[in-house]
Amino acid sequence: MKILVCISHVPDTTSKINFTDGDTKFDTNGVQFVINPNDEFGLTRAMWFKEKQGASVDVVNVGGAETEPTLRKALAIGADSAIRVNTEASDGYAVAKQLAKVVTEGAYDLVIAGRESIDYNGGMVPGMLAAMTGANFVTNCIDLEIDGTNAKATREIDGGKETVNTSLPLVIGGQKGLVEESDLRIPNMRGIMMARKKPLNVVEPSEANAETKAVSFEKPAPKGAVKLVDAGNIDELVNLLHNEAKVI
Amino acid sequence: MSVLVYTESENGKFKKAALEVVSYAKAVADQMGTTVTAVAINADDSASLGAYGASKVLAISNADLNTFNAKKHAAVIEAAAKQDGSSVVILSSSADSKYLAPLLAVGLEAGYVSNVVEAPSSTSPFTVKRTAFTNKAFANTEINTDVKVVGLSNNSFGLVESGGSASVEDFTPAIPDSGVNVASVDKATDKVTIADAEVVVSGGRGLKGPENWGLVEELADVLGAATACSKPVSDLGWRPHSEHVGQTGKPVASNLYIAIGISGAIQHLAGINASKVKVVVNTDPEAPFFKAADYGIVGDAFEVVPTLIEKLKAFKAQNA
Repeated sequence: MKILVCISHVPDTTSKINFTDGDTKFDTNGVQFVINPNDEFGLTRAMWFKEKQGASVDVVNVGGAETEPTLRKALAIGADSAIRVNTEASDGYAVAKQLAKVVTEGAYDLVIAGRESIDYNGGMVPGMLAAMTGANFVTNCIDLEIDGTNAKATREIDGGKETVNTSLPLVIGGQKGLVEESDLRIPNMRGIMMARKKPLNVVEPSEANAETKAVSFEKPAPKGAVKLVDAGNIDELVNLLHNEAKVI
Repeated sequence: MSVLVYTESENGKFKKAALEVVSYAKAVADQMGTTVTAVAINADDSASLGAYGASKVLAISNADLNTFNAKKHAAVIEAAAKQDGSSVVILSSSADSKYLAPLLAVGLEAGYVSNVVEAPSSTSPFTVKRTAFTNKAFANTEINTDVKVVGLSNNSFGLVESGGSASVEDFTPAIPDSGVNVASVDKATDKVTIADAEVVVSGGRGLKGPENWGLVEELADVLGAATACSKPVSDLGWRPHSEHVGQTGKPVASNLYIAIGISGAIQHLAGINASKVKVVVNTDPEAPFFKAADYGIVGDAFEVVPTLIEKLKAFKAQNA
């Protein structure tokens, strides 16, 4: 089984989010980038398929050279080789289009992407990729088993979960649950050394025009200070929620 | 060039999010000088969508669509959009709608923008405001394709009754085969879901153990709220993962979010920040949640919550 894990290069959760160039660009100054958490759960599940079922695992990112350390980290965790499509990730559609070419040319059986990236939160790349390549698609996936070309996947739904039967080729939108946080792997020294020698192939982009464009960014208005209510005066809280906040 | 809207129902009854997306679609249609067409699948009272601004409902009745299937449902909406010549398609942010949206967008060759929180600031170019960076920012985003797909963030627009009426047409599109087939569904049917809820009551490690969850549930009951939990609580197995809210859990965009014994780690706050009013109850006045909350009580949940339940019951009896 050939597995491709899509790796998005995103600011660490604790990063300060600021914008430059008249609020048109994300300010990367001082920001530490990581593997998108939703992708990391998928990568870890892919490592399980590699170790238990003999799958091969490649990782891919659409982005500039600055994303290579993130791909190297995925290699250090255990992926076999990495692909970087050398173009700016302009929108979800354009990224899916670039990935579709990689998936088709590489004849991957299983593609695991995160259900969404924690920066742009578009939540569209895995689904679009599935539609473009004609693969089956399950998102918000919290459990995945593969047996030959058959797959059993569980997805989170509003208020519960649903288990589906499907088959390869398959695209998964992964999240926590595919593996647990305690299963995530921190690269060890040996992994990091080996990752330096593993192939990281840079491929030139195919033509793909973005369909959407973030023209400007803004930050939420600064929040006022919390109104503290005395624990002995719960009536006041009920009053505030009713008369001031008007939510009850 | 109508505005098409997909209205989700459960057991024949429209979800609140369905009425919200119709209300939103009406606002978009008014800006564009056109009308709203709704797609309703196996719903009982399709004409009722008229009150929220739909002029026409394409009503599908097909047992094959009783169970949600992203590919099949996307195909139905695609066929409706093509038949109606729709230039904008509006969806909610339910798990199902977010699942089908990218499939629909590719089918319609449409640009798709999710997590939209306001009516378009301009319809030419078509520009909408959406949340990004996990609620730490907004992105004003243009869609440059002829057909546009917009995913509306739940509880961001509200319900607006415009008092119109809708004609209902039977719609019988071809349903494709799907390679994904539901084997089993595990879902509490008697509970409000986090996605649908206007109020969410959430518990953290401060509740000390799963045996104390009755407090959260009772408070939720009084408020007609959904229950949720922080990540440590789901990691400890006190509550199922489906109740975990936060960056790696479910997003929350309720009108009121009440956090009991949750310290407010940045990952948690990222997931719930889209809620309009936040209340925190915590013994530790230094808990980061107090910086994110609108109202706070420094106190012991085991004393504060029972009193709050009692006071809310009295409030409800008085305002019933």
